[in-house]
Amino acid sequence: MNRTLVRLLQAPSIIVLLMWMIVPLSMTIYFSLIRYNLLYPERTGFVGLSNYEFFVTDAAFPPAVLNTLVLVGSVLCISVVLGLAIAILIDRPFRGRGIVRVMLISPFFIMPTVNALVWKNMMMNPIYGLFAVIAHAVGAEPIDWLTVYPLLSVIIIVSWQWTPFAILIFMTSLQSQDQEQKEAATLDGAGFWAQFWNLTLPHLARPIAIVLMIQMIFHLSIFAEIFVTTSGGPGTASTNIAYLIYAQALLQFDVGVASAGGVFAVILANIVAIFLIRAVGKNLMV
Amino acid sequence: MKYLRTTAMGMILSLSAISFTVADEITIATVNNGHMIEMQKLTPKFEEANPGITVKWVTLDEGTLRSRVTTDITTKGGQFDVMTIGMYEAPIWGSRGWLEALEFGAEYDVDDILPAMRGGLSHDGNLYAAPFYGESSMIMYRKDLLDAAGMTMPDNPSWGHVKDAAAAMTDRDAGQYGICLRGKPGWGDNMAFLTTMANSFGGKWFNEDWTPDLDSPAWNHAVNFYVDMLTAYGPPGSAGNSFNEILALTNEGKCGMWIDATIAASFVTNPSQSKVADKMAFAQSPQAVTTRGANWLWAWALAVPSGTQKKADAMKFMEWATSKEYIELVAETNGWAAVPTGTRQSTYDNPKFKEAATFDEAELKAILSADPSNSTQDKTPYIGVQFAAIPEFQAIGTAVGQQMTAALAGDISVEEALENAQAAADREMRKAGYY
Amino acid sequence: MTDKQILEWKNRFAVAGAWLVAILFFFPIFWMVLTSFKTELQAIAIPPLLVFEPTLDNYTLIQERTDYTQYAWSSVVTSLGGTALAMLIAIPSAYAMAFSPTRRTKDILLWMLSTKMLPAVGVLLPIYLLSQKLGLLDTKIVLVVIYALINLPIIMMILFNYFREIPKEILEASRMDGTSTWNEITQIVMPLAWGGIASTALLSVVLCWNEAFWAINLTSSEAGTLAALVASFSSPEGLFWSKLSAVATLACAPIVVFGWLCQKQLVQGLTFGAVK
Repeated sequence: MNRTLVRLLQAPSIIVLLMWMIVPLSMTIYFSLIRYNLLYPERTGFVGLSNYEFFVTDAAFPPAVLNTLVLVGSVLCISVVLGLAIAILIDRPFRGRGIVRVMLISPFFIMPTVNALVWKNMMMNPIYGLFAVIAHAVGAEPIDWLTVYPLLSVIIIVSWQWTPFAILIFMTSLQSQDQEQKEAATLDGAGFWAQFWNLTLPHLARPIAIVLMIQMIFHLSIFAEIFVTTSGGPGTASTNIAYLIYAQALLQFDVGVASAGGVFAVILANIVAIFLIRAVGKNLMV
Repeated sequence: MKYLRTTAMGMILSLSAISFTVADEITIATVNNGHMIEMQKLTPKFEEANPGITVKWVTLDEGTLRSRVTTDITTKGGQFDVMTIGMYEAPIWGSRGWLEALEFGAEYDVDDILPAMRGGLSHDGNLYAAPFYGESSMIMYRKDLLDAAGMTMPDNPSWGHVKDAAAAMTDRDAGQYGICLRGKPGWGDNMAFLTTMANSFGGKWFNEDWTPDLDSPAWNHAVNFYVDMLTAYGPPGSAGNSFNEILALTNEGKCGMWIDATIAASFVTNPSQSKVADKMAFAQSPQAVTTRGANWLWAWALAVPSGTQKKADAMKFMEWATSKEYIELVAETNGWAAVPTGTRQSTYDNPKFKEAATFDEAELKAILSADPSNSTQDKTPYIGVQFAAIPEFQAIGTAVGQQMTAALAGDISVEEALENAQAAADREMRKAGYY
Repeated sequence: MTDKQILEWKNRFAVAGAWLVAILFFFPIFWMVLTSFKTELQAIAIPPLLVFEPTLDNYTLIQERTDYTQYAWSSVVTSLGGTALAMLIAIPSAYAMAFSPTRRTKDILLWMLSTKMLPAVGVLLPIYLLSQKLGLLDTKIVLVVIYALINLPIIMMILFNYFREIPKEILEASRMDGTSTWNEITQIVMPLAWGGIASTALLSVVLCWNEAFWAINLTSSEAGTLAALVASFSSPEGLFWSKLSAVATLACAPIVVFGWLCQKQLVQGLTFGAVK
C-alpha cells in the first residue's frame, strides 16, 4: 500500500475523533475556568483556576484518587488473570463448550445498573442475600459486605462484569495460536507451564495489553456500580473521582467545578496510561 | 380544470382534516412510585375527556429524574411539559421564575389542599406546584411483638421509650430486630430521617447567619442516640438501607418498629405484599426535647415549566391529576385504600376513606403537625423540615449523609463524623457565597 | 495409571472446572431470571425460595405499562447503527495501521483511546447543549453518533489487534502474486479476520446496548432505549425487585440471544496454523 492510501484510510477515524475530542473537551476546559452553576444562571465570569482548587481541596478528594487507583488496579489484575486462566481452560474442545462459552461471557451482557442491583440485593445483602444464606448454612456469621468491605464489594461486582470481556478477547486470540507449535512442544516434553510461559503468554501479549488499556479507561470512570450499591460510602470508603464529579454535576449542578473534575480525570487517566504503557505498552507493537 | 380544482380542494380539505386531528402531545416526567403508575394507567380517561391531547410519559427513578428535569429546566431544554417535582424544588425553582405560577378556578377548590402542603410548594404567596400526593413520617410498629414484650406505644412517644421498646422486641437469634431505620447515604435517604431526629433533639441545619450548625450538642446527642440504638437493636446492613430495603424487611416480619414515610403504611398493611399486614399499628414520630420538626413533610407535585409551548394542555393535565375528581376516579377503580393521600382535607373527611384506611388518622395528624416554615426549636433562615430549601442542600445533605453512614458503620466516631460534616457544609456554603 | 489415563483425567478435571466456573459466572443471571417469575413477596422471602409457583404477572405488567417494542426497537437501531457507523470508519483505519504501521501508529492509537478518558458525567452539559442547539435531543440520531464515537477507539484497538495477528507471510505471498489492495482486503484479510471483526462488532453492540448514561440523559419519550426502560422500573418507594428482574431480563434477553447466535462466528476464521 502506498502512503497516500494509508493516510486516506486512517483519515476518517482520526478526523472524527479529533472533532469529538476538541469540541466537548474544549467546552469542558472553558467551563472549568468560568463560574457556571445551573442553579445560579445570573452568576457568571472568569474565575481562573478556583474551580480546580475547589475540586482538589475537597476532603473526599485524596481518598477518591486512591480508591480510583485501587479499583482500577484490582479489577485489572483480577479480570486479566482470571480471564487468562478461564480462556485457556476452555480452549480445548469439549462437549458443551458452546454453552460454557456463552455462560461465561453473559455477565458482560448485563447492564451495569442491573448487575449492581442484583449483587446488592440478591447476593450481598446480609439478611436475605444468598451469601448470607450460605454463611448461615455453614454456621458462620453473615458478612455485611457493602458496609464492611465496600470497596472490595464494588471490585467483585465490577470484576464479575468485566472478566468476561477479557475471556472473550483471549478466547478469540487463542484460536489463532499455532497448534502445530504447541503439539511439537508437547512432543518435546514441555510441560503445561513451560508451554504457557514460552508460547501462550507471548502470543497473548498484545491482547493482554489491549484488554488492560481498554478496561483501564472504563474502570477509571466507573460510576453506576458505586452509585447503586454504596453511594460512595460509608464515608468516602468507596468514593472515586467519577462519583465526586457526579456530585458536583448532578447534585450541585456546578458545571464549572464538574468540568474542572472532568479535566482532572483526563489528566489522571493519562498518568495511569503512561504507567501502563511503560509496563505493557511495548506489546502493542510487534 | 374542474377535476383539478376538486382535487386541490380535496387535498386542502384532507390536509386541514389532518391538522385538525393531529393531537397535541404533552410529555410528562415522573417517578416510578405506585401512585404515579396508577396515574399513567388512568391517563386514557383524561385523553377521552380532552380530545386533542395525548400524553407521553417519561418515568425515571428519583435521583435520575431530579437531575434530568433540573438539567432540562435550567438549560431550557423543553423536553417536558409537566414535571413531577418535590417540595424541595418547588420553592427554589418558583423563586427563579422557572415554573408557571398556578391559578385555579373555584371548582378546583384550592383551599381544600392541606395548608402545610400549599405552604411548602409556594414562594412569595404563589403556588408553583400542585401536590399529587403527600407524606409525613411516623412510627409503624408490630403490635403483636410489643404486646408480647408487655409494653405499649403512646401516640407521642419519646425517643427513650422507643429505644426501650426496640430493646424489648429484639431477638437477634430469631432474626428479629427491634428497630429499622434508614442508613443509606443521601439527602433524601438517611438525612431525611436523621434531620427530623436532630430537629426533635433541638438541632438545626443552619444558624441565622447561614453557618452550619452540625457541630452543636443537639446533633451530637441525636446522632449518638441513632448510632447506638441502630447498632444494638437494628438489622445488619443498616448502612445500606433506605425505604425499599426496610420495606422488604418489615414486610418479611423482621422489624419491630420502623420510622419512615407515611406512604409505607399502605404497603405494610397490604396483605398481597406484607406477611404482617394485620399486625401493624401506627404512632407519631418520637420526640426528645421538642415535637417541632420531628416528622417530615414531603409532597410529590406536578409543575409546569415556564416557557413550555403547550402551557394550556399541560395545565389541564395537572389540574385533572390533582383534582378531587381524580381521587374519586382512583377510588372507583381501585378502592378508597389506594387513593393518593396527604393532599386534600376532603379525602380525610370522606367516610369511605376512613373506613378503608387503617392509618388515615395517624397520617393526617403527622401531616398537619409538620410545618416547613417553623420546623426547628431555634430560629433558622431556611424553609423545610427534613431539608433546607436552598440549591446547595442536595450536595451538602449527601456529603453529610456519607459521614453519618460512616459513623453508623463504625468506621469513624460520631464526633469525627459531625466534625467532617460541619467542615464539608461550611465549605459549600462559603463557596456559594452565603458568608 | 498410564500417562494416557492421567491425561484423560486431567482433561475431565479441566472440563468439570470449566463447567463449575461457567455456572458460578452465570448464577447471578439465573437468579435474576428466576426472581422475575416470583411475586414481590416471594422475591424478598428469607431464606430465598428456589422452588415456588412461577407467575407471569411481572411480564404482563410491563407489557401493560410500557411499550416494550418501542424501547427495544430504539435499542436495536442505536446499537446496530452506532456499531455499523463505527465499524465503517474503523475497519479501513485499523487495516491501514496494522499492515502499514509507522512510528506514530502506537501514539495515534493511544491518543484515540485517550478521547474516552473524559468521564461522561463531566461532559454531559456540553453534549446536552450541543444536541439541544442542533435539535437532536430525544432522537435516535444523537445516540447513534455518540455511540459510534465513544466506541470507535475501542473498536480501533481491538481490530488492530486482530489484524496484527494475521501473519505477514500470507499477505506478502499474495502481494507477490500481484493481488490488488481491494482484493487483498476482501479475499484474504476479511475471511481471516472474520472472527475478530465479529467479536469486535459484538462487543460494540453490547456496549451500546448497555449504555445507560447518555440514553437516559439525552432522550425523553421518543428515543429511549431499554436501558432507560430499566431505569423507569427502579422505584424509591415500593417493592420492585421482581418487576425489575423481569424488565432487566427482557432488556438483556435480546442481546444474550444475539451473543448466543454469534458465538460460533466469534471463534471462527482465526486459524492460521493450518495456513502457514
